[in-house]
Amino acid sequence: MADAVHIPDEAETRARWGNFAWTDANAEQAKVVLGRYPAGREQSASIPLLDLAQRQVGAETHTQGWLPVPVIEFVARQIGVPYMRVYEVATFYTMFNLAPVGRYHVQVCGTTPCMLAGSDDVLAACKNRGLVKGGTTPDGLFTLTEVECLGTCANAPMVQINDDNYEDLDYDRTVAVLEALAKGETPTPGSTISRRASCPEGGPTTLKAMVDENHDYRGEWGTAHAG
Amino acid sequence: MLADKDRIFTNVYGFQPWTLQAARARGDWDNTKALLELGNDKIIDVVKASGLRGRGGAGFPTGTKWSFMPKEPKADRPNFLVINADESEPGSCKDREIIRHDPHKLIEGALVAGFAMRARAAYIYIRGEYIREAETLFAAVAEAYEAGLIGKNACGSGYDFDVFVHRGAGAYICGEETAMLESLEGKKGQPRLKPPFPAGAGLYGCPTTVNNVESIAVAPTILRRGADWFASFGNENNRGTKLFQISGHVNKPCVVEEAMSISFRELIETHCGGIRGGWDNLLAVIPGGSSVPLVPAAQIIDAPMDFDGLKAVGSGLGTAAIIVMDKSTDVVRAISRISYFYKHESCGQCTPCREGTGWMWRVMERLRTGDADLSEIDMLQQVTKQVEGHSICALGDAAAWPIQGLIKHFRPELERRIKERAIVHGGDLAPMQEAAE
Repeated sequence: MADAVHIPDEAETRARWGNFAWTDANAEQAKVVLGRYPAGREQSASIPLLDLAQRQVGAETHTQGWLPVPVIEFVARQIGVPYMRVYEVATFYTMFNLAPVGRYHVQVCGTTPCMLAGSDDVLAACKNRGLVKGGTTPDGLFTLTEVECLGTCANAPMVQINDDNYEDLDYDRTVAVLEALAKGETPTPGSTISRRASCPEGGPTTLKAMVDENHDYRGEWGTAHAG
Repeated sequence: MLADKDRIFTNVYGFQPWTLQAARARGDWDNTKALLELGNDKIIDVVKASGLRGRGGAGFPTGTKWSFMPKEPKADRPNFLVINADESEPGSCKDREIIRHDPHKLIEGALVAGFAMRARAAYIYIRGEYIREAETLFAAVAEAYEAGLIGKNACGSGYDFDVFVHRGAGAYICGEETAMLESLEGKKGQPRLKPPFPAGAGLYGCPTTVNNVESIAVAPTILRRGADWFASFGNENNRGTKLFQISGHVNKPCVVEEAMSISFRELIETHCGGIRGGWDNLLAVIPGGSSVPLVPAAQIIDAPMDFDGLKAVGSGLGTAAIIVMDKSTDVVRAISRISYFYKHESCGQCTPCREGTGWMWRVMERLRTGDADLSEIDMLQQVTKQVEGHSICALGDAAAWPIQGLIKHFRPELERRIKERAIVHGGDLAPMQEAAE
């Protein structure tokens, strides 16, 4: 439930980002992306190219990236649509940052399934580590955002940090993840209680044969008949 | 309990690799050419006969939906299949397991379904936040192209069929089918007015069918094992197996495939280790994702988990995302948080939803603390009725229903909070607030 972002001054932004262009690798990737859509439908690439651009900005600033106005203009030129058509996309979707973020974008899910499982504790751990919702820590390391359901409800509560999820959290395990990141380590993504994906804790109630071997159940099907 | 041999998603927990080689060893892509040789209409007939109803929430019969597509697409207006992997309904986390652990079931399903509806290509629209899942899906699609299973002359069938993956960027509303098409066209995800329906004019103005990931991914197995096999599970009109996702106050939350119409009690006892604190500690359940009304404990315990069984208790199966709440839950806060979700996710196109979701959330927050007048409960109920049915898509309805469910089942709790707060604050009920915006 963060406040509106503070969009940086445009003159400064233009001075810094006015000459934005793809890196060689991203220019190749942009071609791959455009190849997915029919000729004349380049606008379809607006979301993937904004994502690519945000990632490039992130790589250049050692953060999770954001979308300065000149970068959005660059994407608009790439797909041949007016700037406003791309700007409205950048403002509509929550994954596009309209202001700079830190090196780690800590996105805590606070929607009901996570709330029931203890997301208050996760947010408290973040708060006590000095993270403020909607803001970046003074050292530029962490930006905290409370986000809406990230679709990991059977492993609630969870946080998405950059491209990885940390699931089945509590207060202490959240602190541990943040501390590890602050030290420059990469904690193992996924469940923080060594649970296998969304399998019931303590082992599966079904499909136990799959645990140790790639079991083929077709032999047990009985009479199969197409149609 | 459903026998393991009758489970479709055998690698749902990812104990084994998702790769093409491992998927083939489990039976995927096994002579898919023979499935296509059944012919377009026969495939649709089998899916119809299997009783498969859409797994994305609305429960529309899948085979029937496919049959709406033009039988002779024009060269300049090809048919498209769009697969909805924008799994964002609070409580839902099944498509994620299919995509990251069994992606080849989805890709094979895309070919079979796309062929049946004479589509030129499938677009899989995956939510932006599924970053690692999308990486797996991109890699799996590349494997399938490499092996000649999709693309030109898919599986040696003579049929050309492309599968493209498109990542979203964080918007719940893009799970609505016409918003998804807008988003695929590179625009804001704001739903379109219907008609025209997507089967007439969808993606790029061409005939399009939008299906949920699970509906598509089960299709090849249904064709291999036959309509009768699939229809042997579940009650009449609610056939098949289903991925249930249980979150909240159970001892072991999980995702599990079970037969439709399994009772709530059996599902929780068998797979989730029971309710936290025992069955007497159960308060209420949201059985189908945040959009459906909650059901009090007494009514849900022996209810069959299917479309009709949950409709009978005033709720719905939705995506089978079961959110369990025990007696420690602040139920008003739980629903208020859902109201905040809808306020956040309203696309802003229709006034009743854009304004109503925020209004309803603010009143819910006041009811949560009891800082309200008793008459505001009825006023809130009335406003939910004014939002419901007055927006282009169902998001307005989805925002209204959880609140209606709360008022229906927990009115005494709402009244108690208001009265107790009034006593603490000197006996005066808070004056009713005028709407400020």
